[in-house]
Amino acid sequence: METIREIFDIGASFEAIIDWLREEAAWFFDFIAFVVEGLLDGVNWVFQFPPALLMILLFTLLAWKMASRGVAIFTVIGFSLILYMGYWSETMDTLSLVISAVFFALLIGIPLGIWASKSESAWRILHPVLDFMQTLPAFVYLIPAVLLFRLGPVPGVIATLIFSLPPVVRLTNLGIRQVPVEIIEACRAFGATSKQRLYKAELPVALPTIMAGVNQTIMLALSMVVISGMIGAGGLGNVVLKGITQLRIDMGFEGGISIVILAIFLDRVTQSLTHLGESKEGK
Amino acid sequence: MALVEVKDLYKIFGTNPKRAIPLIQKGETKQQIKKKTGCTVAINGATFEIHKKETFVVMGLSGSGKSTFIRCLNRLIKPTSGQILIDGEDIVKMEPEKLRDLRRHKMSMVFQHFGLLPHRNVISNIEFGLELSGVDKAERRQKSMDALQLVGLDGFEFSMPNELSGGMKQRVGLARALANDPEILLMDEAFSALDPLIRSQMQDELLELQAKMHKTIVFITHDLDEALKIGDRIAILGPDGRVRQIGTPEVILSRPADDYVKEFVQTVDKTKVVTVGTIKRPSPFLTVPKDGPKSALHLMEKHGKSVAFVVDTDRILKGVVHIEDVAALKKQGGTDLCSIATQDFYTATPTTPIADLLSAALETKVPIAVIAEDYTFHGVVDREMIIAEMNDGIDEAAGPTVFSEVLEDDAADTNNK
Ligand SMILES: Nc1ncnc2c1ncn2[C@@H]1O[C@H](COP(=O)(O)OP(=O)(O)O)[C@@H](O)[C@H]1O
Ligand SMILES: [Mg+2]
Repeated sequence: METIREIFDIGASFEAIIDWLREEAAWFFDFIAFVVEGLLDGVNWVFQFPPALLMILLFTLLAWKMASRGVAIFTVIGFSLILYMGYWSETMDTLSLVISAVFFALLIGIPLGIWASKSESAWRILHPVLDFMQTLPAFVYLIPAVLLFRLGPVPGVIATLIFSLPPVVRLTNLGIRQVPVEIIEACRAFGATSKQRLYKAELPVALPTIMAGVNQTIMLALSMVVISGMIGAGGLGNVVLKGITQLRIDMGFEGGISIVILAIFLDRVTQSLTHLGESKEGK
Repeated sequence: MALVEVKDLYKIFGTNPKRAIPLIQKGETKQQIKKKTGCTVAINGATFEIHKKETFVVMGLSGSGKSTFIRCLNRLIKPTSGQILIDGEDIVKMEPEKLRDLRRHKMSMVFQHFGLLPHRNVISNIEFGLELSGVDKAERRQKSMDALQLVGLDGFEFSMPNELSGGMKQRVGLARALANDPEILLMDEAFSALDPLIRSQMQDELLELQAKMHKTIVFITHDLDEALKIGDRIAILGPDGRVRQIGTPEVILSRPADDYVKEFVQTVDKTKVVTVGTIKRPSPFLTVPKDGPKSALHLMEKHGKSVAFVVDTDRILKGVVHIEDVAALKKQGGTDLCSIATQDFYTATPTTPIADLLSAALETKVPIAVIAEDYTFHGVVDREMIIAEMNDGIDEAAGPTVFSEVLEDDAADTNNK
């Protein structure tokens, strides 16, 4: 056994691969880090710069417009509580991280979903990969992220985006495959190119389903917050982790509550996207 | 003139479908072939023509290959073998760009479950085809509004599809198909999803539209009554995917080609379909002022009739004269047959279904005069002819003798369809 392990050392081989990637493809990862960091900083600035009270007002209006009066009332109370507990800045950090990660997840996931819906062989490959991704514990995603991007918010975004990718791919694929056959036939019968068919019929008709995927992706991204705190992503994850490691129950509890408030807000607001395009009069 | 020529068309679903063709030619049934090869024979060697400006109905039970057939015409489905010539060009071999052009400009389709885009309002659904072919916005809107008015949807342009009833949705489907003014309209069970009342109303409107537009319509249905009502000609598909008979509704009803078709048409109330134009007979008539009482008596005696119809030189029907009155007129030395002509008779047009004449025919002894809309005389129908038709036994040879004065019947026949 000794000898085999000397010849083929799994850990060492992996290390070699990572080393090689870091050396040979450094420019590539630097570029990714640069883009991610740029977006993250921009988003963060948008949320951190205005006074908290103004942001609470905006969030409340958004909740009112997109969801309901009840959600709006919840929003104003919930975010005021966060402000009162003193975690405003951390909450906005987390929100920025989630939004950035989701942005990249959609940027990658929607085209993947479209591809999967169009090509049987693509779906045959993607399907098991997505299944596998969803069975892996979230911690696993930290490893490549840390190894390739070190510590900080950038690997946090990367790990979060990979973890939250599957639902939007799945539901984009599903939504497009579920477009009624007569609509597809109508497109073809009236002489649509495949691009026209996608943009004028398939994506709009699949939109509610895709939005359900977006909602799930956002919720998964939020569920990574505490875990990505472990690699120094900051925000509310940090607060909760500190609560756990230093046995500060008050901190852990308050951080937890803040995450829950943020989660409910994001869920309710993005759930209303699911009704998008179903009919303007339907509401 | 043939606009669409279908030659030896086969469509077989399944992997490697061509291997089923020899089995078909050996005469094996659809079920046997399915068992042996796993392939489904949907169209089994169809050859026929569709004429310009006719409404061609394809009728058959569910699973007989109707939808497959109509989708071959615009190549939504690629035939396994055979040719489909449209204006002489084989679309089975056509390359994608040309095919797309054909679909955009020459033919459009109406679907059973409408196939509307749920996220677009009525007018932009109607615009869909024009938008795809890149027509600019103003022209697109103009044409779509015209189509919208054509199908009677004024005022609904900004409604969403899910706010409309089935009948109105299908009007949108029809308007969308008409918007780019295609030459060929393909309708796959377009009215089958509608309530009977709405369906019948849509059928009437389609007939009305067609009378104005003169499109070439290929209409699919599983409903024989609908086929008979709408079709200029009907193709009947058997359950084996084979065309059993092609002909006008009246030919299909009166001379079914085989037992399958016969069984099919047995359930139909023929009197609602067979029209006066089919069973009418030429009849001797008198022309004023040329004919007087003397020639009238001669004509009536010669043909053993006690009445005769009187027309003027334009063949406009003036009335009917009875033999006693003619004799009296002659005695008095009068010459004007119009003075003794009565209006005491029933009239019908060539397109009247004979069902509408039953009570009149039983009531009157004078034959029913067949007249065109301009009141010209085209012959007669009487009780015996109607009963003979209902009993299926119309015998051409037993008709009355043809007179020199009698109208050219063929010319009249072509006028009424
Ligand atoms: N895509 C398909 N794949 C396999 N078999 C099909 C397909 N489409 C139709 N069929 C078969 O072809 C036959 C004709 O179907 P269809 O044209 O839909 O009939 P209809 O419209 O007259 O009901 C049926 O036996 C049906 O099961
Ligand atoms: Mg069908």
